Amino acid sequence: MTSPVSEQPGAAPANADVAAYAIRLGDDALILSHRLSEWTAHAPQIEEDLALANIALDLLGQARTLLAYGGAFSGRSEDDLAYLREERQFTNLQLTEIENGDFAVTMIRQLLFSCYQHELYRDLESSTDAQLAAIAAKAVKEVSYHVEHASTWVLRLGDGTELSHDRTQAALDAVWPYSHELFVDDELVRRMADSGVGPLPSVLRPAWLGAVQDVLTEATLVLPDDDWQPSGGRNGLHTEGFGYLLAEMQHLHRSHPGAQW
Amino acid sequence: MTRPAETDLERLAALRLAAAAVPDPEIPVLTIEDLGILRDVRFAADGQPEVVLTPTYSGCPATEAIRSDVLARTGKLDPQARVVVELAPAWTTDWITDDGRTKLREYGIAPPRPTRTGPVPLQLGRRPEPVVQCPRCGSSDTELVSQFGSTPCKSLRRCRGCAEPFDEFKPL
Repeated sequence: MTSPVSEQPGAAPANADVAAYAIRLGDDALILSHRLSEWTAHAPQIEEDLALANIALDLLGQARTLLAYGGAFSGRSEDDLAYLREERQFTNLQLTEIENGDFAVTMIRQLLFSCYQHELYRDLESSTDAQLAAIAAKAVKEVSYHVEHASTWVLRLGDGTELSHDRTQAALDAVWPYSHELFVDDELVRRMADSGVGPLPSVLRPAWLGAVQDVLTEATLVLPDDDWQPSGGRNGLHTEGFGYLLAEMQHLHRSHPGAQW
Repeated sequence: MTRPAETDLERLAALRLAAAAVPDPEIPVLTIEDLGILRDVRFAADGQPEVVLTPTYSGCPATEAIRSDVLARTGKLDPQARVVVELAPAWTTDWITDDGRTKLREYGIAPPRPTRTGPVPLQLGRRPEPVVQCPRCGSSDTELVSQFGSTPCKSLRRCRGCAEPFDEFKPL
């Protein structure tokens, strides 16, 4: 994030709610982008290195427009938001921050999140907020490739060897609890839904579950029981690994304020 | 020597000509006009000329290079000229010109197929393979290696005819 691409001059959210909402979605994209970028040079094959870096780049691009837009309300730049906030000020879903684990964990997380983002952006295309609608209309096309990529891998791993199947099922069991937070309705999203800015997350779940289930079934994986449902990301409560992620992501900017390259 | 006064239309036409010739930094055979990302050249509400661009992918780093190239070229004609980026309507590869498609093929990149419309059907392994011609030998017998290539806009394919790998500009 060096010189920001400014959007239409004067594009700022109508009120603090829309700003906070845009920052939530921007935080999701930013943090998952960072997690995916950790795979660069470590993926199982070089094509996958490129794929994960590309998906991370798409998400970073979405994060930039969302954070620049959300920040415009309070005079904060995308860099201020990404590099100068503390852990408790980040409002991303915990699913986006959980550690990469093995490749199966990363792919299951990607499938669950990309299918969610696809439903969300499709809905946001008709948002009453013109800038969010424009960002979503652009991003939804990118995310459809992410869905396809994750689906292909989950199918290949789940319906692969006994070892790959078992590890992918274990990954699904470990990641599934974090999916519930995607669909929690709180006061902010209720106000967004009332004003036609964005959907109630709970409304997205049936279509999401259908899409995810299709892939999991074909991949011979079993949907875990809905048991533990960790949440709190939207309120700044994060997992233990998140602090380490921020330390790495923010280190350079905090050590050399205003650094550019 | 003073230049003869230009009409407003001539000013815009000259700016458009300058902006249109800016090459894409990642695929330099294409100009931004070929790519279909030069949306408009117009006078803004305050009377200053502005060049309107739209990004290809949200995170494409070329957007910033293009923006500064456009500013550098239009700035020579009119230091007041601005560049603005507009997201809507979202760019699609369907906007790449016929001329651009020919240039891509000659450069060794398969031009994009028409985009999918409507919701993306998730068909997994059952989806029929799209026909993509090898830009080198013209064979239609090619296979997908990876949806993600060296830049956000390209996927990686392999030709079973001539056995060479090639990039495809992926439909968006």
